[in-house]
Amino acid sequence: MTHRENADQLVVLKGIRKYYPVKEGGLIGEKSAVKAVDGIDLDIHRGETLGLVGESGCGKSTLGRVILRLEPPTQGEIHFDGEDVLAMSSNQMHGLRRRMQIIFQDPYSSLNPRQTVGGIIGEGLLIHKVGTKSERTERVRHIMEVVGLRPEYINRYPHEFSGGQRQRIGVGRALALQPELIICDEPVSALDVSIQAQVINLLMDLQEEFHLTYLFVSHDLSVVRHISDRVAVMYLGRLVELADKRELYDNPLHPYTQALLEAAPTPNADVVKNRKGLTGDIPSPLSPPPGCHFHPRCPHVMDRCREKVPAFQVHKPRHRVRCFLYSDETE
Amino acid sequence: MTELLLEVKGLKTYFYTDRGIACAVDDVSFSVEAGRTLAIVGESGCGKSVTSLSVMRLIPTPPGRITAGEILFNGTDLLKISEKRMRSIRGNQISMIFQEPMTSLNPVFRVREQISEVLKLHQKLGKDEALDKAVDLLRQVGIPSPESRVHDYPHQMSGGMRQRVMIAMALACDPRLIIADEPTTALDVTIQAQILELMDNLRNNTGAAILLITHDLGVVAETAEHVVVMYAGRVVEEADVKDLFNDPLHPYTRGLMRSIPGTTAETDRNRLEAIPGVVPSLLNLPHGCKFNDRCRHAFDRCFEEEPRLLTPKAGHLVRCWLFDDKEAE
Repeated sequence: MTHRENADQLVVLKGIRKYYPVKEGGLIGEKSAVKAVDGIDLDIHRGETLGLVGESGCGKSTLGRVILRLEPPTQGEIHFDGEDVLAMSSNQMHGLRRRMQIIFQDPYSSLNPRQTVGGIIGEGLLIHKVGTKSERTERVRHIMEVVGLRPEYINRYPHEFSGGQRQRIGVGRALALQPELIICDEPVSALDVSIQAQVINLLMDLQEEFHLTYLFVSHDLSVVRHISDRVAVMYLGRLVELADKRELYDNPLHPYTQALLEAAPTPNADVVKNRKGLTGDIPSPLSPPPGCHFHPRCPHVMDRCREKVPAFQVHKPRHRVRCFLYSDETE
Repeated sequence: MTELLLEVKGLKTYFYTDRGIACAVDDVSFSVEAGRTLAIVGESGCGKSVTSLSVMRLIPTPPGRITAGEILFNGTDLLKISEKRMRSIRGNQISMIFQEPMTSLNPVFRVREQISEVLKLHQKLGKDEALDKAVDLLRQVGIPSPESRVHDYPHQMSGGMRQRVMIAMALACDPRLIIADEPTTALDVTIQAQILELMDNLRNNTGAAILLITHDLGVVAETAEHVVVMYAGRVVEEADVKDLFNDPLHPYTRGLMRSIPGTTAETDRNRLEAIPGVVPSLLNLPHGCKFNDRCRHAFDRCFEEEPRLLTPKAGHLVRCWLFDDKEAE
């Protein structure tokens, strides 16, 4: 069952939706759903870093987990290297898991405190029965060296390491099975700036060395700008803009992207910011506004934004945007 | 001549632990002028939060203790007055905005009760007056329909709104000094921009001074006028904000600025200049300059003798031996 449209595409997502059912007003309340991810079409090209930015609650982490089938989507198709991931048996899925891994945000809670570093990094090797015991140990020691940890620390526990070193352990765990795709879910958000730079450099070096593909999920626009080839912007479960990195930052089209870029503080004391910014809060994903989700905060809102959802359309080559300002649709 | 509101001189706050003495704040001096914003910036464990808690006299004792120094607020040494008098200043003339709006509000009390508490305590307002003032404060910090939101519990509000409530509480008694400890760290960028704007406006309207504690150089550049950079419990650099960003002197400050992605013009996929190594443990600081193990300019003297604060140009202090011979007259 191959569905490959372009050999360049490692992951193809079609109409991915992930709804979490909730009951409002206690036990007998009405049923509704949190639409964490609401109809996402996205390709991840082999060897690229695709940045996925958005604010908390926009569904970016959920999307990452859905791609790995850590959470089954409510609707939609996922193709990994041409194969339909959702149609796979658990046996086939087991094999596929070697090829895709994840690095989590919090280097404190994402490592088992009762497992040694060797155990954490080597667990995947054990599960997938790679090599003999001594070969696995050798591999773990090698991985530790690659991510910048001293191999003689193999029997230490996570609490003996600093935050930055723990994140290196997390990177090592993701790397152990030589995956093709790594979902990096806010991998540097919990780290100090000087340590953050070390981990970003490490991720970029590893990508080059092992030809990895990254989906880099982050709320930090400057980190995403540094590491990504293409950037997707998400707001309340939907993609609102997708373009090559340089194009997106130089020429943002969607009012939300523009506001995000404007709001991010720049470490430059000479720039006088007119912080007019956005008013209002991010609406609850439980009851998103009708039409374009962004319309209550949008400075350019028009009547039809309140009623209809704009299509995610190609505005110019390699630049897609979901906004009526750029729509040719006539009413 | 501007009025010095807060003057911290030679502050030392040590923590006496089982594993030794942690010198969290070691001989720190700075001052805040009325109506101005001073930022203390540094990475985790540099002592910036302990400094702010020391000013509030909120250091848990034991294990912590302020062992030396003076904290002059309007000329009064806060370290010499009684706890009773300190309580009449804390939350009243000096107030604090904490980092976590989720955990610093009490989940079992309504917002109105939490704001009123301050007003009843310090301004001896009655119940109804306090409620009116609470609504007023919520309006000032930009919460829509404050008359009804004042009856909410914290969990009914978003993160940005909770931080606004925290700010409303801090403002309740018209403080002269507001200490803001990472006030926007837990917030999204668009909400952060709103809160920073709000704090700016409030400072302009009320004339209160702000002591901003943060790790985010972007926030510093946009809101502060004067900056103190801390490392391992010490002040390593101090300057006006423009001076600091245009001409950072200390290798640590320079390293910090270079390690932020996107600060250089060319942001294509080149390597970031990371500072090697990690922040040293306060229980086991290197001899000499505390930054010597991570500094690429370190020379013999840095390992033998801790640098003193030098003044290579007017109004710009730096704790680094590289500038020993460049001291301004």
